[in-house]
Amino acid sequence: MITAIVAISLLALFFGLLLGYSNIRFHVEEDPIAEKVNDLLPQSQCGQCGYPGCLPYAEAVAKGEAPINMCPPGGESTMLSLSELLGVEPMPMDAVAEEDAGRKVAVIDEQVCIGCTVCIKACPVDAILGATKQMHTVISEECTGCEKCMEPCPVDCITMEKERPDVGSWVWPFPADGQPCEVAEVKVAQDDATEIEERKAA
Amino acid sequence: MEEYALILISTILVNNFVLVKFLGLCPFLGVSSKVETAVGMGMATTFVLTLSSILSYLVNDYLLTPLDIEYLRTIAFILVIAVVVQFTEMVMHKTSPVLYQLLGIFLPLITTNCAVLGVALLNIQEDHNFIESALYGFGAAAGFSLVLVLFAAVRERIDVADVPLPFKGSAVAMITAGLMSMAFMGFAGLVSV
Repeated sequence: MITAIVAISLLALFFGLLLGYSNIRFHVEEDPIAEKVNDLLPQSQCGQCGYPGCLPYAEAVAKGEAPINMCPPGGESTMLSLSELLGVEPMPMDAVAEEDAGRKVAVIDEQVCIGCTVCIKACPVDAILGATKQMHTVISEECTGCEKCMEPCPVDCITMEKERPDVGSWVWPFPADGQPCEVAEVKVAQDDATEIEERKAA
Repeated sequence: MEEYALILISTILVNNFVLVKFLGLCPFLGVSSKVETAVGMGMATTFVLTLSSILSYLVNDYLLTPLDIEYLRTIAFILVIAVVVQFTEMVMHKTSPVLYQLLGIFLPLITTNCAVLGVALLNIQEDHNFIESALYGFGAAAGFSLVLVLFAAVRERIDVADVPLPFKGSAVAMITAGLMSMAFMGFAGLVSV
Protein backbone atom coordinates (compact mmCIF):
# COMPACT_ATOMS: atom_id res chain seq x y z
CA MET A 1 0.00 0.00 0.00
CA ILE A 2 2.67 2.49 1.09
CA THR A 3 4.89 1.38 -1.81
CA ALA A 4 2.08 2.05 -4.24
CA ILE A 5 1.43 5.54 -2.91
CA VAL A 6 5.12 6.44 -2.84
CA ALA A 7 5.77 5.00 -6.30
CA ILE A 8 2.89 6.82 -7.98
CA SER A 9 3.70 10.05 -6.14
CA LEU A 10 7.32 9.86 -7.22
CA LEU A 11 6.26 9.15 -10.78
CA ALA A 12 3.92 12.15 -10.71
CA LEU A 13 6.63 14.31 -9.17
CA PHE A 14 9.09 13.30 -11.86
CA PHE A 15 6.62 14.07 -14.62
CA GLY A 16 5.71 17.35 -12.93
CA LEU A 17 9.34 18.42 -12.85
CA LEU A 18 9.76 17.40 -16.48
CA LEU A 19 6.75 19.47 -17.53
CA GLY A 20 7.87 22.39 -15.40
CA TYR A 21 11.28 22.35 -17.02
CA SER A 22 9.91 22.07 -20.54
CA ASN A 23 7.49 24.89 -19.81
CA ILE A 24 10.49 27.13 -19.21
CA ARG A 25 12.58 25.60 -21.98
CA PHE A 26 9.84 25.83 -24.63
CA HIS A 27 8.33 29.06 -23.42
CA VAL A 28 6.65 31.00 -26.23
CA GLU A 29 6.70 34.75 -26.16
CA GLU A 30 3.19 35.78 -27.02
CA ASP A 31 2.70 39.34 -28.15
CA PRO A 32 1.13 40.89 -25.04
CA ILE A 33 -0.18 43.87 -27.00
CA ALA A 34 -1.98 41.69 -29.52
CA GLU A 35 -3.74 39.91 -26.67
CA LYS A 36 -4.81 43.18 -25.07
CA VAL A 37 -6.09 44.45 -28.43
CA ASN A 38 -7.91 41.18 -28.94
CA ASP A 39 -9.63 41.57 -25.58
CA LEU A 40 -11.05 44.92 -26.69
CA LEU A 41 -12.50 43.60 -29.94
CA PRO A 42 -16.10 42.37 -29.99
CA GLN A 43 -15.14 38.76 -30.96
CA SER A 44 -17.97 38.40 -33.43
CA GLN A 45 -15.39 37.12 -35.97
CA CYS A 46 -17.34 38.86 -38.74
CA GLY A 47 -14.39 39.65 -40.98
CA GLN A 48 -15.58 43.14 -41.94
CA CYS A 49 -12.09 44.44 -41.16
CA GLY A 50 -10.73 42.30 -44.00
CA TYR A 51 -8.97 39.87 -41.67
CA PRO A 52 -10.20 36.32 -41.13
CA GLY A 53 -11.17 37.01 -37.53
CA CYS A 54 -10.69 39.19 -34.50
CA LEU A 55 -7.34 37.70 -33.46
CA PRO A 56 -5.62 38.22 -36.85
CA TYR A 57 -6.88 41.81 -36.90
CA ALA A 58 -5.62 42.30 -33.33
CA GLU A 59 -2.20 40.98 -34.36
CA ALA A 60 -2.10 43.32 -37.35
CA VAL A 61 -3.09 46.28 -35.17
CA ALA A 62 -0.45 45.37 -32.60
CA LYS A 63 2.19 45.27 -35.31
CA GLY A 64 0.98 48.60 -36.61
CA GLU A 65 0.01 47.12 -39.97
CA ALA A 66 -3.65 47.98 -39.71
CA PRO A 67 -5.41 51.18 -38.64
CA ILE A 68 -7.53 51.03 -35.50
CA ASN A 69 -10.75 52.15 -37.15
CA MET A 70 -11.62 49.05 -39.14
CA CYS A 71 -14.00 47.32 -36.77
CA PRO A 72 -17.60 48.31 -37.58
CA PRO A 73 -19.27 46.06 -34.97
CA GLY A 74 -17.11 47.58 -32.23
CA GLY A 75 -17.88 51.04 -33.53
CA GLU A 76 -16.45 54.24 -32.19
CA SER A 77 -16.14 53.05 -28.60
CA THR A 78 -13.80 50.21 -29.59
CA MET A 79 -11.76 52.58 -31.74
CA LEU A 80 -11.45 55.01 -28.80
CA SER A 81 -10.37 52.34 -26.33
CA LEU A 82 -7.87 51.03 -28.89
CA SER A 83 -6.43 54.51 -29.35
CA GLU A 84 -6.15 54.84 -25.58
CA LEU A 85 -4.40 51.48 -25.28
CA LEU A 86 -1.97 52.04 -28.12
CA GLY A 87 -1.46 55.75 -27.63
CA VAL A 88 -2.45 56.66 -31.19
CA GLU A 89 -4.63 59.52 -32.25
CA PRO A 90 -8.29 58.61 -32.47
CA MET A 91 -9.31 58.46 -36.12
CA PRO A 92 -12.75 58.60 -37.66
CA MET A 93 -14.39 55.29 -38.36
CA ASP A 94 -14.18 53.93 -41.91
CA ALA A 95 -15.24 56.14 -44.77
CA VAL A 96 -18.33 54.05 -45.37
CA ALA A 97 -19.43 54.31 -41.79
CA GLU A 98 -18.72 58.03 -41.84
CA GLU A 99 -20.92 58.56 -44.85
CA ASP A 100 -24.17 57.39 -43.38
CA ALA A 101 -23.22 58.23 -39.81
CA GLY A 102 -24.75 55.92 -37.33
CA ARG A 103 -24.96 52.28 -36.58
CA LYS A 104 -26.55 49.97 -39.08
CA VAL A 105 -28.61 47.06 -37.95
CA ALA A 106 -30.13 44.13 -39.79
CA VAL A 107 -33.83 44.31 -40.46
CA ILE A 108 -35.89 41.31 -41.54
CA ASP A 109 -38.74 41.89 -43.93
CA GLU A 110 -41.30 39.91 -42.02
CA GLN A 111 -43.64 39.65 -45.02
CA VAL A 112 -41.03 37.73 -46.98
CA CYS A 113 -39.42 35.69 -44.18
CA ILE A 114 -40.16 31.97 -44.52
CA GLY A 115 -38.95 31.04 -41.05
CA CYS A 116 -36.06 28.81 -42.08
CA THR A 117 -33.88 29.67 -39.00
CA VAL A 118 -30.74 29.86 -41.17
CA CYS A 119 -30.03 33.44 -40.13
CA ILE A 120 -30.45 32.54 -36.45
CA LYS A 121 -27.63 30.03 -36.77
CA ALA A 122 -25.47 32.54 -38.64
CA CYS A 123 -25.86 35.31 -36.06
CA PRO A 124 -22.75 35.45 -33.87
CA VAL A 125 -24.42 37.46 -31.11
CA ASP A 126 -27.83 35.73 -30.94
CA ALA A 127 -29.66 38.88 -31.93
CA ILE A 128 -32.25 37.12 -34.11
CA LEU A 129 -35.39 35.79 -32.55
CA GLY A 130 -37.64 33.18 -34.13
CA ALA A 131 -38.46 29.53 -34.58
CA THR A 132 -38.93 27.11 -37.46
CA LYS A 133 -41.78 28.19 -39.76
CA GLN A 134 -42.29 31.30 -37.61
CA MET A 135 -41.16 34.64 -38.90
CA HIS A 136 -37.98 35.99 -37.35
CA THR A 137 -37.09 39.40 -36.10
CA VAL A 138 -33.91 41.21 -35.14
CA ILE A 139 -33.37 42.59 -31.66
CA SER A 140 -31.79 45.81 -32.84
CA GLU A 141 -30.06 46.62 -29.54
CA GLU A 142 -28.19 43.31 -29.75
CA CYS A 143 -27.36 43.53 -33.46
CA THR A 144 -23.76 44.51 -34.20
CA GLY A 145 -24.37 45.06 -37.90
CA CYS A 146 -21.89 42.39 -38.94
CA GLU A 147 -23.96 41.42 -42.02
CA LYS A 148 -23.33 37.72 -41.45
CA CYS A 149 -27.04 36.91 -41.63
CA MET A 150 -27.53 38.47 -45.07
CA GLU A 151 -25.68 35.93 -47.16
CA PRO A 152 -27.31 32.71 -45.92
CA CYS A 153 -30.89 34.02 -46.18
CA PRO A 154 -32.53 32.00 -48.97
CA VAL A 155 -35.15 34.64 -49.75
CA ASP A 156 -32.93 37.73 -49.30
CA CYS A 157 -35.31 39.33 -46.85
CA ILE A 158 -32.60 40.84 -44.64
CA THR A 159 -31.41 44.36 -45.25
CA MET A 160 -29.05 46.61 -43.38
CA GLU A 161 -30.81 49.75 -42.27
CA LYS A 162 -29.84 52.73 -40.26
CA GLU A 163 -30.94 52.35 -36.71
CA ARG A 164 -33.76 54.73 -35.94
CA PRO A 165 -32.84 56.92 -33.00
CA ASP A 166 -34.88 56.32 -29.90
CA VAL A 167 -34.92 58.12 -26.57
CA GLY A 168 -31.78 56.27 -25.48
CA SER A 169 -29.64 56.70 -28.59
CA TRP A 170 -30.66 60.11 -29.93
CA VAL A 171 -27.94 62.71 -29.67
CA TRP A 172 -28.09 66.40 -30.33
CA PRO A 173 -26.68 66.83 -33.84
CA PHE A 174 -23.65 69.06 -33.98
CA PRO A 175 -23.15 71.13 -37.09
CA ALA A 176 -20.05 69.85 -38.89
CA ASP A 177 -17.55 72.26 -40.45
CA GLY A 178 -19.97 75.13 -40.59
CA GLN A 179 -22.43 73.10 -42.65
CA PRO A 180 -26.04 73.50 -41.66
CA CYS A 181 -26.84 70.60 -39.40
CA GLU A 182 -28.96 67.77 -40.64
CA VAL A 183 -31.41 66.85 -37.97
CA ALA A 184 -31.95 63.13 -37.80
CA GLU A 185 -35.62 63.54 -36.97
CA VAL A 186 -36.22 65.54 -40.12
CA LYS A 187 -34.50 62.90 -42.25
CA VAL A 188 -36.61 60.15 -40.76
CA ALA A 189 -39.72 62.20 -41.42
CA GLN A 190 -38.59 62.68 -45.02
CA ASP A 191 -38.00 58.96 -45.40
CA ASP A 192 -41.51 58.32 -44.17
CA ALA A 193 -42.93 60.88 -46.55
CA THR A 194 -41.24 59.32 -49.58
CA GLU A 195 -42.40 55.92 -48.44
CA ILE A 196 -45.99 57.06 -48.27
CA GLU A 197 -45.71 58.62 -51.70
CA GLU A 198 -44.26 55.46 -53.11
CA ARG A 199 -47.11 53.44 -51.70
CA LYS A 200 -49.60 55.87 -53.19
CA ALA A 201 -47.96 55.58 -56.55
CA ALA A 202 -48.14 51.81 -56.33
CA MET B 1 12.35 -9.19 -38.52
CA GLU B 2 9.36 -10.84 -40.13
CA GLU B 3 7.52 -10.54 -36.88
CA TYR B 4 8.04 -6.78 -36.75
CA ALA B 5 6.74 -6.37 -40.29
CA LEU B 6 3.73 -8.43 -39.34
CA ILE B 7 3.04 -6.22 -36.33
CA LEU B 8 3.07 -3.16 -38.58
CA ILE B 9 0.79 -4.69 -41.22
CA SER B 10 -1.49 -6.02 -38.54
CA THR B 11 -1.94 -2.71 -36.72
CA ILE B 12 -2.14 -0.52 -39.82
CA LEU B 13 -4.45 -2.61 -41.97
CA VAL B 14 -5.78 -5.85 -40.54
CA ASN B 15 -6.51 -4.80 -36.95
CA ASN B 16 -6.88 -1.11 -37.66
CA PHE B 17 -7.62 0.63 -34.39
CA VAL B 18 -10.33 2.89 -35.73
CA LEU B 19 -12.18 0.77 -38.24
CA VAL B 20 -11.75 -2.71 -36.79
CA LYS B 21 -11.25 -2.17 -33.05
CA PHE B 22 -13.37 0.99 -32.93
CA LEU B 23 -10.98 2.93 -30.71
CA GLY B 24 -10.36 6.65 -31.10
CA LEU B 25 -13.62 7.43 -32.85
CA CYS B 26 -13.93 10.91 -31.32
CA PRO B 27 -11.05 12.52 -33.25
CA PHE B 28 -11.90 10.30 -36.22
CA LEU B 29 -15.21 12.11 -36.61
CA GLY B 30 -14.15 15.40 -35.04
CA VAL B 31 -11.00 16.33 -36.94
CA SER B 32 -11.81 14.82 -40.30
CA SER B 33 -13.56 17.71 -42.02
CA LYS B 34 -10.36 18.97 -43.68
CA VAL B 35 -7.40 17.00 -45.02
CA GLU B 36 -4.89 19.54 -43.68
CA THR B 37 -6.05 19.27 -40.09
CA ALA B 38 -6.36 15.51 -40.47
CA VAL B 39 -2.72 15.28 -41.51
CA GLY B 40 -1.68 17.47 -38.58
CA MET B 41 -3.76 15.47 -36.14
CA GLY B 42 -2.36 12.25 -37.57
CA MET B 43 1.21 13.44 -37.06
CA ALA B 44 0.54 14.67 -33.52
CA THR B 45 -1.18 11.40 -32.62
CA THR B 46 1.64 9.36 -34.15
CA PHE B 47 4.18 11.20 -32.06
CA VAL B 48 2.15 10.92 -28.87
CA LEU B 49 1.19 7.29 -29.39
CA THR B 50 4.68 6.05 -30.16
CA LEU B 51 6.20 7.93 -27.26
CA SER B 52 3.48 6.99 -24.80
CA SER B 53 3.58 3.30 -25.69
CA ILE B 54 7.36 3.27 -25.16
CA LEU B 55 7.08 5.18 -21.89
CA SER B 56 4.22 3.10 -20.58
CA TYR B 57 6.17 -0.04 -21.37
CA LEU B 58 9.11 1.32 -19.38
CA VAL B 59 6.91 2.41 -16.49
CA ASN B 60 5.22 -0.97 -16.42
CA ASP B 61 8.42 -3.01 -16.64
CA TYR B 62 10.71 -1.00 -14.38
CA LEU B 63 8.28 0.46 -11.86
CA LEU B 64 4.98 -1.38 -11.62
CA THR B 65 6.11 -5.00 -12.06
CA PRO B 66 9.14 -4.91 -9.68
CA LEU B 67 7.06 -3.20 -6.98
CA ASP B 68 4.18 -5.59 -7.57
CA ILE B 69 1.65 -2.81 -8.10
CA GLU B 70 0.32 -3.78 -11.53
CA TYR B 71 -3.19 -2.97 -10.38
CA LEU B 72 -2.26 0.72 -10.70
CA ARG B 73 -1.52 0.24 -14.39
CA THR B 74 -4.44 2.27 -15.74
CA ILE B 75 -3.84 5.29 -13.55
CA ALA B 76 -0.10 5.24 -14.20
CA PHE B 77 -0.65 4.99 -17.96
CA ILE B 78 -3.12 7.85 -17.94
CA LEU B 79 -0.50 9.91 -16.12
CA VAL B 80 2.09 9.03 -18.76
CA ILE B 81 -0.26 9.88 -21.63
CA ALA B 82 -1.31 13.21 -20.11
CA VAL B 83 2.32 14.20 -19.65
CA VAL B 84 3.28 13.21 -23.20
CA VAL B 85 0.35 15.19 -24.62
CA GLN B 86 1.22 18.26 -22.56
CA PHE B 87 4.82 17.96 -23.65
CA THR B 88 3.83 17.63 -27.31
CA GLU B 89 1.60 20.66 -26.99
CA MET B 90 4.43 22.77 -25.59
CA VAL B 91 6.92 21.64 -28.21
CA MET B 92 4.42 22.20 -31.00
CA HIS B 93 3.51 25.64 -29.69
CA LYS B 94 7.18 26.51 -29.84
CA THR B 95 8.15 24.90 -33.13
CA SER B 96 5.04 25.11 -35.29
CA PRO B 97 2.53 27.81 -34.27
CA VAL B 98 0.52 27.24 -37.47
CA LEU B 99 -0.06 23.58 -36.67
CA TYR B 100 -0.79 24.58 -33.08
CA GLN B 101 -3.53 26.95 -34.20
CA LEU B 102 -4.85 24.45 -36.73
CA LEU B 103 -5.25 21.64 -34.22
CA GLY B 104 -6.69 23.94 -31.60
CA ILE B 105 -8.69 22.10 -29.00
CA PHE B 106 -8.06 18.70 -30.54
CA LEU B 107 -4.53 18.51 -29.21
CA PRO B 108 -5.57 18.11 -25.56
CA LEU B 109 -8.21 15.71 -26.88
CA ILE B 110 -5.45 13.21 -27.67
CA THR B 111 -5.35 12.63 -23.91
CA THR B 112 -8.85 11.22 -24.02
CA ASN B 113 -8.26 9.36 -27.28
CA CYS B 114 -8.97 5.85 -26.08
CA ALA B 115 -6.69 4.39 -28.75
CA VAL B 116 -3.71 5.79 -26.83
CA LEU B 117 -4.62 4.08 -23.58
CA GLY B 118 -5.82 1.07 -25.55
CA VAL B 119 -2.41 0.58 -27.17
CA ALA B 120 -0.62 0.86 -23.82
CA LEU B 121 -2.88 -1.72 -22.21
CA LEU B 122 -2.89 -4.09 -25.20
CA ASN B 123 0.92 -4.01 -25.20
CA ILE B 124 0.90 -5.47 -21.70
CA GLN B 125 -1.89 -7.90 -22.49
CA GLU B 126 -0.06 -9.33 -25.47
CA ASP B 127 3.32 -9.50 -23.70
CA HIS B 128 5.17 -7.30 -26.16
CA ASN B 129 8.82 -6.55 -25.58
CA PHE B 130 10.31 -3.06 -25.89
CA ILE B 131 10.70 -2.91 -29.67
CA GLU B 132 7.40 -4.65 -30.26
CA SER B 133 5.65 -2.12 -28.00
CA ALA B 134 7.17 0.80 -29.87
CA LEU B 135 6.25 -0.73 -33.23
CA TYR B 136 2.75 -1.57 -32.03
CA GLY B 137 2.24 2.03 -30.91
CA PHE B 138 3.67 3.44 -34.11
CA GLY B 139 1.65 1.05 -36.28
CA ALA B 140 -1.56 1.85 -34.45
CA ALA B 141 -0.92 5.57 -34.95
CA ALA B 142 0.01 5.10 -38.60
CA GLY B 143 -3.22 3.17 -39.13
CA PHE B 144 -5.16 5.86 -37.32
CA SER B 145 -3.56 8.60 -39.44
CA LEU B 146 -4.11 6.67 -42.67
CA VAL B 147 -7.79 6.18 -41.98
CA LEU B 148 -8.20 9.74 -40.71
CA VAL B 149 -6.68 11.25 -43.85
CA LEU B 150 -8.64 8.94 -46.16
CA PHE B 151 -11.85 9.75 -44.32
CA ALA B 152 -11.14 13.49 -44.41
CA ALA B 153 -10.56 13.31 -48.16
CA VAL B 154 -13.84 11.45 -48.62
CA ARG B 155 -15.66 13.99 -46.47
CA GLU B 156 -14.26 16.88 -48.50
CA ARG B 157 -15.73 15.28 -51.61
CA ILE B 158 -19.04 14.62 -49.88
CA ASP B 159 -19.28 18.29 -48.89
CA VAL B 160 -19.68 19.29 -52.52
CA ALA B 161 -21.77 16.28 -53.49
CA ASP B 162 -25.53 16.41 -53.73
CA VAL B 163 -26.49 14.52 -50.59
CA PRO B 164 -30.20 13.97 -49.90
CA LEU B 165 -31.38 16.31 -47.15
CA PRO B 166 -32.01 13.71 -44.40
CA PHE B 167 -28.45 12.39 -44.79
CA LYS B 168 -26.66 15.74 -44.83
CA GLY B 169 -23.82 16.42 -42.38
CA SER B 170 -22.96 13.91 -39.68
CA ALA B 171 -25.37 11.26 -40.94
CA VAL B 172 -23.56 10.73 -44.20
CA ALA B 173 -20.23 10.86 -42.36
CA MET B 174 -21.37 8.00 -40.13
CA ILE B 175 -22.53 5.99 -43.14
CA THR B 176 -19.20 6.62 -44.85
CA ALA B 177 -17.33 5.50 -41.73
CA GLY B 178 -19.40 2.32 -41.67
CA LEU B 179 -18.68 1.60 -45.33
CA MET B 180 -14.97 2.21 -44.78
CA SER B 181 -15.03 -0.14 -41.83
CA MET B 182 -16.63 -2.82 -43.98
CA ALA B 183 -14.03 -2.22 -46.67
CA PHE B 184 -11.26 -2.71 -44.10
CA MET B 185 -12.75 -6.07 -43.18
CA GLY B 186 -11.41 -7.14 -46.54
CA PHE B 187 -7.88 -7.02 -45.09
CA ALA B 188 -8.81 -9.71 -42.56
CA GLY B 189 -7.36 -12.51 -44.65
CA LEU B 190 -4.25 -10.58 -45.71
CA VAL B 191 -1.89 -12.29 -43.29
CA SER B 192 -2.49 -15.22 -41.02
CA VAL B 193 -0.69 -14.82 -37.71
